Amino acid sequence: MSAHTSFLAHERFKWFKLSAWLCLICIVIYSWYSPIGGRNGGTWVGYGLGGLGLLMILWLSWLGVKKRGFAQGNHTIRGWTSAHVYLGLSLIIIATLHTGFEFGWNVHTLAYVLMMTVILSGGFGVFAYLRYPRKMSENMSGASASGLRKEMSDLDVRLQRLAQRLPDSFAEAARLSIESTKVGGGFFKLLGGSSRSCGSARGRDIAREQAASLIDPDQQSVATEMVSTLSRKAEIASRLRKDLSFKAMMDVWLWLHVPMTLGLIASLAAHVLIVFFYW
Amino acid sequence: MTEIYEIAIVGSGPAGASAAARAAQLGVSHVLLERTDHLSDTIFKYQRGKYVMATPDNLPLQSDLRFEADTRENILGWWDDGMEQFGVNVKFNAEVTGVEGEKGDFTITTAAGETVKAKHVIMAIGLQGNLRQLDASSIPGADNGLTEYQLDDPADYWDKDVIVIGAGDAAIENAVALAQNDNRVTIVNRKREFARAKSGNISLILTAIKDELLECAYNASPVKVNDNSMVLKTPEGERVVPADRVIARLGAIAPRGFVEAAGGVFEDGADYPRVNEIYESDRPGVFIIGALAGYPLIKHCMNQGYEVVHTIIGDPVESIVRQELAKKFTIIPGFTDVQSMLERIKANVPLFQGLTLLQLGEFMLDADIHFRKPGETFMEKDEAGDSLFVIHEGGVEIPVTPEMIFRLDQGAFFGEMGLIMGRRRTATVMADRSGQGAVCIEIPRTAALKLIASSPQAKKVMDDTAILRQLQTFLSPDLTADDLREVIDAAIPKTYSRGETLIEEGDQGDSLYVIRSGSCTVSRKVGASDVVLAYVPAGQFVGEMALLYHQTRSASVRANVPTEAVELDGALFRSLLDANPKLRAVVDAKARERAEENQKQGDDDISRKIEFMTSVGLGEATNAIVIDEDLCVRCDYCEKACADTHDGVSRLDRASGPTYANIHVPISCRHCEQPHCMADCPPNALQRDPDGAVYVNETCIGCGNCERNCPYDAIKMSALPEPKGGLFSWLLFGGKFGPGEAAKPKKSKENKEMSRKCDLCRDVDGGPSCVKACPTGAVIRMGPEELFKRIREGA
Repeated sequence: MSAHTSFLAHERFKWFKLSAWLCLICIVIYSWYSPIGGRNGGTWVGYGLGGLGLLMILWLSWLGVKKRGFAQGNHTIRGWTSAHVYLGLSLIIIATLHTGFEFGWNVHTLAYVLMMTVILSGGFGVFAYLRYPRKMSENMSGASASGLRKEMSDLDVRLQRLAQRLPDSFAEAARLSIESTKVGGGFFKLLGGSSRSCGSARGRDIAREQAASLIDPDQQSVATEMVSTLSRKAEIASRLRKDLSFKAMMDVWLWLHVPMTLGLIASLAAHVLIVFFYW
Repeated sequence: MTEIYEIAIVGSGPAGASAAARAAQLGVSHVLLERTDHLSDTIFKYQRGKYVMATPDNLPLQSDLRFEADTRENILGWWDDGMEQFGVNVKFNAEVTGVEGEKGDFTITTAAGETVKAKHVIMAIGLQGNLRQLDASSIPGADNGLTEYQLDDPADYWDKDVIVIGAGDAAIENAVALAQNDNRVTIVNRKREFARAKSGNISLILTAIKDELLECAYNASPVKVNDNSMVLKTPEGERVVPADRVIARLGAIAPRGFVEAAGGVFEDGADYPRVNEIYESDRPGVFIIGALAGYPLIKHCMNQGYEVVHTIIGDPVESIVRQELAKKFTIIPGFTDVQSMLERIKANVPLFQGLTLLQLGEFMLDADIHFRKPGETFMEKDEAGDSLFVIHEGGVEIPVTPEMIFRLDQGAFFGEMGLIMGRRRTATVMADRSGQGAVCIEIPRTAALKLIASSPQAKKVMDDTAILRQLQTFLSPDLTADDLREVIDAAIPKTYSRGETLIEEGDQGDSLYVIRSGSCTVSRKVGASDVVLAYVPAGQFVGEMALLYHQTRSASVRANVPTEAVELDGALFRSLLDANPKLRAVVDAKARERAEENQKQGDDDISRKIEFMTSVGLGEATNAIVIDEDLCVRCDYCEKACADTHDGVSRLDRASGPTYANIHVPISCRHCEQPHCMADCPPNALQRDPDGAVYVNETCIGCGNCERNCPYDAIKMSALPEPKGGLFSWLLFGGKFGPGEAAKPKKSKENKEMSRKCDLCRDVDGGPSCVKACPTGAVIRMGPEELFKRIREGA
């Protein structure tokens, strides 16, 4: 639906164009300037690229503050995100040129590596933002998570009622479903979103098996209802798990992106300090 | 010899008490006769703790007694104090049974056989002394003691079976209050719906029925009252309902026999006795004021009590209404006195023909008067506004195009499109550049609607003009009222509820429909399903294809939302076109344009999306939030931004609300064209600002009517959470609640639950925070026309 404009396409890709130009200009200057002693961070172009990179990193980090300063100013966070993504990506070129391709086991290269980690995790973030929203909508197909949770607890009540009208062997199926249909959990459970050990799915299998041995037609119809109720619950639980897993995929990269940014800023401080005072 | 009082006042309600207080203050000899042993029995019998409103808000009070919106207890307290302080001469337990004699020498007899002599009599007995009761001759057992006609305190009942009879405000308020106090309540409604009550009370009772708080017997009437049950006649047959108590709230009527005996005259079919401009009845010396004279509002009653005493002692005061009007009228060139100005207004403006001067005066209190020099504007195109303007003097110009200028003269009105359709102003209106300037009366929306509702004449003038204007706007400004006279006279106004069909595809009809309010969708059958072709907002017309080309209806037109349309006769309209080739060309061009548009929108996906959006009510929106779920990363920053901008309470529920494909319509205000929430706000706290935002101002009393009236759940009653620190104190020192988060609000006496709704961030720069805060561009806020246009163009 094109009533909306994605952050990537903000103002007709303004920030993409700007970042591309910036990279191009940096590459041209870098290639043109060929000092004695080779290209490195200590030349005037090196200082220029480094200073630009530093300012950009600080400004990019400021998004974390900016997006929480609601209602302030006449701009959209979409514009900021757009600039954040494209300028952030351009840092790959700017910072690499700044190094003059000199790497080593030192704090300077550490800063570079941290920066690349931040950028790559951000890259994954963009990928996740493009991929998972649609997956989430498809998975929920119009329902809301709270609505489904409500339905699950309604189904629990129904399961208990149905189980009372059936032989005891069905009680186990109901108990499994009610007690061990888990949605969410620890980090890996959440990310994985797997429904392999779902209590409702297992309960459904048990109920299905037990139903085959029933003779009374009345009981059979109750058992059919039980199996369908358990299937519905398993289906809902599976959807909710997927929903959480997709959401987690959209969040998980931030756990790398944000701490690494803080680390990057610290190592940059060390980098600058060392360069100017101890070189 | 017994004393002859100057004034005897019958009844100590708001009107009588106010009159007595004035007489006492002026030192006029008087006596106040009260049937019961306390003052103001009507208010006394209100439900305990009832909050009494002081409407109309803009009517000032002119009385020695204090009165403002407050609880029943406080108000009664003020009056008791006032009476004592002024030394009012009250006779309790004095039920008046007859008034004999003539001006200057009346003899008043009471039930106890006492007589009182007075030169003038003020009848202020109200209506509540004469409650309608169940008739024991047709309903056996109605007098067995189970039935009462009053509910003093709902807390007197607990865990009881109670039947409430009636469908008015009192019945509804009693029934709901009883049900909330854990009684099993059945409300008996003779009709199949609640229509007589205030709309706030209607939604109150409907919600209570839906939530099974109480039961309603529709189309039911009492047959018999037993010792602890009641027999009801219902469409399904007779039914016995258990009852520990029956409370019948059947309204009140003027005690006709008594009033007539005292000299009052009821005109044919009138509910109230006739009085003249100074409230004197047909018998000189007997004055009738208050509810008995047809003025049910407390403030009216009190003002009348004050005025009438002054009239009697020969020192008439200009009524407070007129004093206020005098202030308003001073800006009108040539203003001398209120009476002649009112007469002049009535004579100049056809819209006011049906009003008496008394009504007109009160009506003018709500209105604003503007004087503009030549060329100065009264309204600007595209401004939001819903008031009506009437030209009192001079003329106005409406430049449609630089060459095409429309003129309106004295008595005409403008702005009705904004009023009826809830749309932005369609044109700029300025005082005639060649004239002396113009005086216009601006009537706010609620007053204008009241005028239309109460004066059939005003409604007719308004309707006809609105049709004329719409045809002029959409066809040709050259058309005159004379050209269209025949068509307009034959026009049939129609109303459609949501989903109802105006035009059915394949039908034979050839009439044209002008949409006056609401909106419609045009759809066509493709295979088994309906494909939506277009969205038609108010102001446009539909049905021109069949009319022009003599074909069957090529598509169906259905109302999205409750819609008003005017049906114009096809044959008449065609002969108008035949006589006017230029006009025919205009209509032809419009029809071609639409045919082309219809073909463009054959895309199934778009059609379904538009259908979905209209089905969830976006058709009546002016500014709705729509989320593209393909972009939404579910971060809820929209909600957080909303909470942060609005005292910690979000007016947006991102996750809830309907979804179709990738379009999600979250729960938040859509700023409807005709806001449901504004329909019944007692303090008029819901307002529309010039940018179109519907917001709640600080006068909200927390009654919850708007919450109940909103069909989209977009209003929540809530207290405010504790204020918290800013972003940096959270970043540096932590804290329980980050940006956009807040503790659960705790309500208290100072922190009441008030109406909280979206105000489009009208106090914030740069538009709604929810849109600004979205990091991915998933959130937009706009009106349906713009939205549908973008969707179509994007395909």
